[in-house]
Amino acid sequence: MTLVLLILIPLLTGALSFAVKGDAAKGLALISTMATLAISAIVSAGNYTAPPATFSCEWMPQLGASFSLLADGMSSMLCLLTGIVMMVVMISQVNKDVERPGSFYGFMLLAQAGLMGVFLASDALLFYFFWELALIPVYFLCSQWGGEKRIQVTFKFFVYTFLGSLMMLAGLIFLATRNPGANAYSWANIVHTGASLPVGQQMWLFWLIFIAFAIKMPIFPFHTWQPDTYEQSPTPVTIVLSALMVKMGLFAVLRWLLPVLPAGVDYWSNTVIVLSVIGIVYASCIAIVQTDIKRLVAYSSIAHMGLMCAVAFAHNGVGMHGIMVQMFNHGINITGMWLIVSMIENRWGTRDMTKLGGMASTAPQMAIALVIISLANIALPLTNGFVGEFMLFNGLFGGAFANHMTVMVIAGLGIILGAVYTLNMIQKTAYGEATTMVIAKDLSINEYVGLAIIITLILFLGFYPKPLLDLTASVAGMIVH
Amino acid sequence: MSQLVYLIPLFPLIGFLINGLLWNKMPKSLAGIIGSVAILASFVVSLGIFMEVKSPNFHGPVIVTLFDFIQSGNLKIPFAFQVDALSSLFLLIITGVGFLIHVYSASYMSHDEGMVKYFAYLNLFVFSMLLLVLGANYLIMFIGWEGVGLCSYLLIGFWFKKREYTNAAKKAFVMNRIGDLGFLVGMLLVLYYFGTLSYQEFSGALTSGHVGVDPSVYTAIAICFFIGATGKSAQIPLYTWLPDAMAGPTPVSALIHAATMVTAGIYMIARSNALYTLSPFTLHIVAIIGLSTAIVAATIAIKQYDIKKVLAYSTVSQLGFMFLALGVGAYTTAVFHVMTHAFFKALLFLGSGSVIHAMGGEQDIRKMGGLGKHMRITQMTFLVGCLAISGIPGLSGFFSKDAILTAAFAHSPVLYVLGIAAAMMTAFYMFRLYFLTFTGSFRGTEEQHHHLHESPAAMTLPLIVLAILSVVGGYVGLPEVMSEHNLLNEYLSPVVKNLAEAPIAAATEWMLMGISVGVSVIMIFMAYSINKTPNFVPNKGLAAILENKWYVDELYDTMIVRPIEILSGLLDRYAERMGIDGSVNGVGKLVKWGGDRMRLLQTGQVGFYIFIMVMGMVVLFALSFLWIK
Repeated sequence: MTLVLLILIPLLTGALSFAVKGDAAKGLALISTMATLAISAIVSAGNYTAPPATFSCEWMPQLGASFSLLADGMSSMLCLLTGIVMMVVMISQVNKDVERPGSFYGFMLLAQAGLMGVFLASDALLFYFFWELALIPVYFLCSQWGGEKRIQVTFKFFVYTFLGSLMMLAGLIFLATRNPGANAYSWANIVHTGASLPVGQQMWLFWLIFIAFAIKMPIFPFHTWQPDTYEQSPTPVTIVLSALMVKMGLFAVLRWLLPVLPAGVDYWSNTVIVLSVIGIVYASCIAIVQTDIKRLVAYSSIAHMGLMCAVAFAHNGVGMHGIMVQMFNHGINITGMWLIVSMIENRWGTRDMTKLGGMASTAPQMAIALVIISLANIALPLTNGFVGEFMLFNGLFGGAFANHMTVMVIAGLGIILGAVYTLNMIQKTAYGEATTMVIAKDLSINEYVGLAIIITLILFLGFYPKPLLDLTASVAGMIVH
Repeated sequence: MSQLVYLIPLFPLIGFLINGLLWNKMPKSLAGIIGSVAILASFVVSLGIFMEVKSPNFHGPVIVTLFDFIQSGNLKIPFAFQVDALSSLFLLIITGVGFLIHVYSASYMSHDEGMVKYFAYLNLFVFSMLLLVLGANYLIMFIGWEGVGLCSYLLIGFWFKKREYTNAAKKAFVMNRIGDLGFLVGMLLVLYYFGTLSYQEFSGALTSGHVGVDPSVYTAIAICFFIGATGKSAQIPLYTWLPDAMAGPTPVSALIHAATMVTAGIYMIARSNALYTLSPFTLHIVAIIGLSTAIVAATIAIKQYDIKKVLAYSTVSQLGFMFLALGVGAYTTAVFHVMTHAFFKALLFLGSGSVIHAMGGEQDIRKMGGLGKHMRITQMTFLVGCLAISGIPGLSGFFSKDAILTAAFAHSPVLYVLGIAAAMMTAFYMFRLYFLTFTGSFRGTEEQHHHLHESPAAMTLPLIVLAILSVVGGYVGLPEVMSEHNLLNEYLSPVVKNLAEAPIAAATEWMLMGISVGVSVIMIFMAYSINKTPNFVPNKGLAAILENKWYVDELYDTMIVRPIEILSGLLDRYAERMGIDGSVNGVGKLVKWGGDRMRLLQTGQVGFYIFIMVMGMVVLFALSFLWIK
């Protein structure tokens, strides 16, 4: 029943939020996210000692769909990430005002409910239901609270991702109807059906399903919605998109693609790996020439997701384990990046790096946080990013595909290019003389708390990654074998 | 005692945390004390461990495992330290010289507003270096390896308001990262073929000789590691960051050049000696790169006018000597030179700091001269450093440099001759620096002249201690012709031994020594006669090329940096915005265009709709017929 709470709390408080006005909505959202985080922590802790928690009840037996949830290591880890990130977002919002706060936080909480559902669902139709539930609030958030070009950009984002979703739905329906029954959409049945399909069918089904995930992650060349959307969205939404929603795509690959269509995956894995690795180098190069910090972070995220996606298809146990770790770490780190970016934008009124500088003199605490988070972003040892990245490279290097060593070295160029654009960003924003007349205030208390949570996680998991590794070890092993 | 080894990195870490967390509250003087005491405590523990390893009761390396760092399936990498002769020797160098630099810094940096931050970084630097040499596997070494890269970045860009300083910091980090990629790939190769990163298991597998691994794999791993070493230890082609790293405060240069960071590459190869011994091809490359670096850097040093730049290129050149030693299989000799170099190079850098301090920040030796009259201690200790690095008998540099040249001779006389050439230049540019700075008459402004003074005791005491070490430090490695016991080689022998070469006759060895001493002395006199009455005219021809460092920075800029920037710009404008995003938008437009056309079908006439409906049914009917058949 605790699993249902993970979805119900944000769903109900979200619905309630629409009726609330002013600061009360903010408070409600903060309390709601704290409660959800506490429960996801309990669920995660349970995984160390007991078998994964499950929940199941009747939903639409006529269609063969049931309301079944499963919280194994990977699911509970992602729920925990969602819980932490949403809470940090709400903490950072304490001293900020948005228009129509009731609806804003309502949509945010609804998106959280959708995300929790996606990570927990063990029924394909339920999975699809939550997948869309997570998307729609984000659409409203972008289109109503976004930047100048929001309508055009959000429309592209929505059509693009919705197109993918529909294709995935078609694929799932196809699979369920091959083997109908009361549990046609259950994960076990979908896996059983998919794996027994002839190779020829798996080959085209693969793309029907994978496109949705590839757009969501996003994988080169399906990524162009992302920098625009990140740029135009308000920061809390950007965080939800980049820290959590992109994980939906990767998570879906691991849960709803790799085990479901093994022969199709085998057939296409080289293609996907090549696309992903091109994406790493390509996105890193483009990040170098960005002047808008938001776009820079967006391209850096594409590069990071590219590495994870490549390893997902490398068929390597350590690599798969690394993906689990890195999904969590990437979520934490990029949340920290966006928090700082939004603080910069609030204080200096611009995101253009050519107009910034001198943060280390005017707002030293912020500059320290920026440096630490940036270093985690380029996977410096003893930050959380390193452990995951090392395991990912290890997985790619030892992967079961053609030219695996060469491919790893090319992907490895990302660590050099990553250092280039990240240090450029630090130099242009934090160092140098203060370029504007703006007297920037250093961190306020709530900003301090939010960043402190992020930085503590970065350093703790960088030094002692064992809790994260132990939580996800068995799932990683199961996916590969 | 060796079970307490974790204390050694722990003290600097605590020092870092105290100064780092209280950076805006801590009084400056206290920060210096905390930072220095932390290193002193590590030094004391290191000394205890050194004594233990030295005693005959110590058998084999002691592994101290703290916890599982990464564990996944068969992959198991513990956070573990290894205590043996090699690591304990490096511990002494790092904490000993590091401590002196801390004490010196407490005085040198006392006027800087960022002093607390400075000591936090300095402690973190030593912490990283200690992890690097203490790790029991390559991953822990890598943590320290990238850690010192980060700390050098932070300290080079310490005065972050100046753009050129932060540029230098960035360059150091990125160049190191290029090397780090090599190291990373090397590690992955080791993991892939040997399933472990632990030194003991890896070298055990190599020496047992029946691992079923193709010898070309050894070479691949050795080359990858060496790429890492060229980055960290500033060898061709990745050396250009080190001279630029002078942007940081001067004691930092002493730390980077003497006790930490640049010696990491030497340590790594000495640590992996079993691997390099199996790959003679890589050893050749190491020797060639080392020797080339020694010569190229020495030529550049001859024509530099910045006191720190001369010393920086001298470091690059001396590191080249160390790699030459490694390349001819004289691993312990390389470690020997690491040690003596740590003494005299720390001395020289701190001495230059004392000079810069007295000159009120001036670094151009054309504006100095005659400083000896005003700062006797700095002058005398600096002279000791110059004599040591030039290889004058009786001082530490003589023994270590001579050992390298002798080993090179045993390997190939060509290497020896080229090595002598580099050694000649060393004596020349060091004494050029000495004479221009300390002798003759003062060439700076009246104001500077008035300001000249000897540095306070907190700065001169470390100079004196280092000067003493620069004199006596060489007696632990006496050559065979002088003593039966080479203490250092005996100490290191359980971990690393020099490769056997055909023995050299005693007479030949004496003669080689005579040659190298002779040319050095001649060069010192030449430096004196040329710089007795300095006359600075703009350089022309070769001299101008040397002053501009062979234009290597410009070359890298046009060959690598600019092309990447241009490519990235093109990708962004054409591939990304026009190509991919353009076609996505194109599809969108196409759909819209199609929709506009389809809209015309909505005529509102019921008869037309029925007609279309019937036609559709007919088509479906026909299709289903075909399907069944």
